[in-house]
Amino acid sequence: MSGHSNYEPKSGFEKWLDVRLPIIRLGYDSLVDFPTPKNLNYWYTFGGILAVCLGIQIVTGIILAMHYVAHVDMAFASVEHIMRDVNYGWLVRYMHSNGASMFFLAVYVHMFRGLYYGSYKAPREVLWLLGCVIYMLMIITAFMGYVLPWGQMSFHGAVVITNLIGAIPVIGPAITTWLWGGFAVDDPTLNRFFSLHYLMPFMIAGVVGLHIWALHVPGNNNPAGVDVKSKEDTVPFHPYYTVKDGFAISVFLLMYAAFVFFNPNALGDAVNYVPANPLVTPAHIVPEWYLLPFYAILRAVPDKLMGVIFMGGAIAMLFLLPWLDTSKVRSMRYRPTAKLYFFIFVIVTMILGYCGGQLPDNKIIPGLTTFQVAASDLNSVVWLSRLATAYYFAYFLIILPVLGLTETPLPQPESISEPVLSHSANAPVGAAASPEKRG
Amino acid sequence: MRRRRFQTSGPALECVLRDLNQNSDWVEVGRRPLFSPQLKGSFKVASTVVGATPEHHTGGEDPNRRDFIHIAATVAAVGAAGGLAWPFIDQMNPAADTLALASVEFDLSKVETGQQVVIKWRGKPLFIRHRSGKEIASAIKDNHADLRDPQTDEERHKAGKAEWLILIGTCTHLGCVPTFGGGDYGGWFCPCHGSHYDTSGRIRKGPAPKNLAVPEYTFLSDSKVKVG
Ligand code: HEM
Ligand code: FES
Repeated sequence: MSGHSNYEPKSGFEKWLDVRLPIIRLGYDSLVDFPTPKNLNYWYTFGGILAVCLGIQIVTGIILAMHYVAHVDMAFASVEHIMRDVNYGWLVRYMHSNGASMFFLAVYVHMFRGLYYGSYKAPREVLWLLGCVIYMLMIITAFMGYVLPWGQMSFHGAVVITNLIGAIPVIGPAITTWLWGGFAVDDPTLNRFFSLHYLMPFMIAGVVGLHIWALHVPGNNNPAGVDVKSKEDTVPFHPYYTVKDGFAISVFLLMYAAFVFFNPNALGDAVNYVPANPLVTPAHIVPEWYLLPFYAILRAVPDKLMGVIFMGGAIAMLFLLPWLDTSKVRSMRYRPTAKLYFFIFVIVTMILGYCGGQLPDNKIIPGLTTFQVAASDLNSVVWLSRLATAYYFAYFLIILPVLGLTETPLPQPESISEPVLSHSANAPVGAAASPEKRG
Repeated sequence: MRRRRFQTSGPALECVLRDLNQNSDWVEVGRRPLFSPQLKGSFKVASTVVGATPEHHTGGEDPNRRDFIHIAATVAAVGAAGGLAWPFIDQMNPAADTLALASVEFDLSKVETGQQVVIKWRGKPLFIRHRSGKEIASAIKDNHADLRDPQTDEERHKAGKAEWLILIGTCTHLGCVPTFGGGDYGGWFCPCHGSHYDTSGRIRKGPAPKNLAVPEYTFLSDSKVKVG
């Protein structure tokens, strides 16, 4: 998409097309000849996995839309119709509902990869921001999709999340009514959510295009975090990474298939197989697993508006990250202190996910009652969420800004090739032949 | 800005300019033959046209005819886009039939003392609670307790009808339906994030900011109410 091109049209047709629409050249430059750092490990295969996930969601989604009816009286029944009557409907729906989970699993790995190797730092800030936009669009898309089957969790989840907007002072309630198209979550809401759920994946696809464009200007970051210095440091994308990505995609699809065929409801909530009833809220409202950390942050804050602000702030941190991290060293391989805080951060997000799935007053250590702080027992999920929320924000707002100025990083290699070549001298035979094993 | 337009526009713009060439400012450009050999093949040659543009055009003097057309066209386009934006936004607001707010009548004799009935009204649950003497007393006792949204019990029911409490059954936190009789105050408990309401429907504990809302309603007779 940018820079020098080595494409040479061969056949007459290719030559003819190349001066009219150089689309083969574009494909060649970005997927075949693209110079890629030679030290990319398997954490770098998740971009390709994500593209496959998006494709699967779009194809299965379009099929579901052929059989689904967006009406409060028929939505639930139409999903059951898909499950029981439509040929292979069960397969397509299980692919779609589990596909959403796989999509988020992949995006989280992809994001943690970026956090660890400093892929958000100059000159990749725009690339990172576009990724954050994709993540936000994914959240909205998945939320709206989850409303469509119109089960109990669909309905009351929609109520709770749309009511969040009502927390905005003055204009909040008007926006909520506008979003609902009525005075409660009802048929107009379901219809527009369907329309938008259909639209947004295509918006995501558009932003993915920009994301890849922004990737191909500076090129990939890499586990060493140092810039590509020469041709020595790179290999062409094809066949090296088409094969590596292809292998990773296959393994990923195996895991996905294991869910679809052997435990298709493991990641969902059984309550959503009860048709929506606006008069009764299920005893325990929880979002899908991939949104639990945000839900925990929301509930950690006792004030309604502040809860919403913190939840939004959690995503805003990602957008601000390129300017919060003051360290010039990209990869945490060479930042031992930052690495430690990073691993705590990963665990903290998982703790938040755990908390989001529990009732706020549940005990962490069963049977132990400690003392009450701010109207809740210290040994409770809500206090654990508060501590985890504090760390989440501290990581972005205190730890990364300060650490970059105070820490002493390890020496970075001169180039991507250097550690490989210098090690091979005293390493056992064959070690240098598989540098990708160094992770 | 204007200079560059000349550079890239070529013959097409000159057609337009020809129509405008009553204006002496344009004459120089407008007079150029439309398909002169120089202009035909090469943009480089066209750039000589730029040099021909009278210098005072780029200055900030009074708007001339072309500025006027630019401004008028821009204003019209922005106005049209703005005018269309509102219908495109407003279509999502409640439709006329949704706004034609339904009211419901309800026969109170169906509700035993100490019980509550939930009906659906405008898409939301409506609590109709027949309070016992004890529940009323405890609500009155707390009139001057430390309330987050201070209201006396009398303000929350019709005069002389203390036994009937009619409320919109959505938690003022994030809209879940609180469960009857639960919580520390014997009114309602919201399972979603733990809000406690008392027997007057006032918020006492938890994240909800406001008391359960009292809808508009009237007693048609001693045993019949009309809500909405
Ligand atoms: C970013 C990509 C997408 C994501 C993350 C996503 C997510 C979801 C989720 C979580 C559900 C609820 C599944 C369930 O529990 O039943 C759902 C349902 C649905 N989605 Fe999507 N979706 C995506 C793309 C699409 C597209 C492109 C279409 C249509 C062209 C579509 C059409 C549907 C339909 C009709 C349903 C309702 C049927 C059902 O619930 O199984 N989706 N989606
Ligand atoms: S919705 Fe009732 S406490 Fe949150």
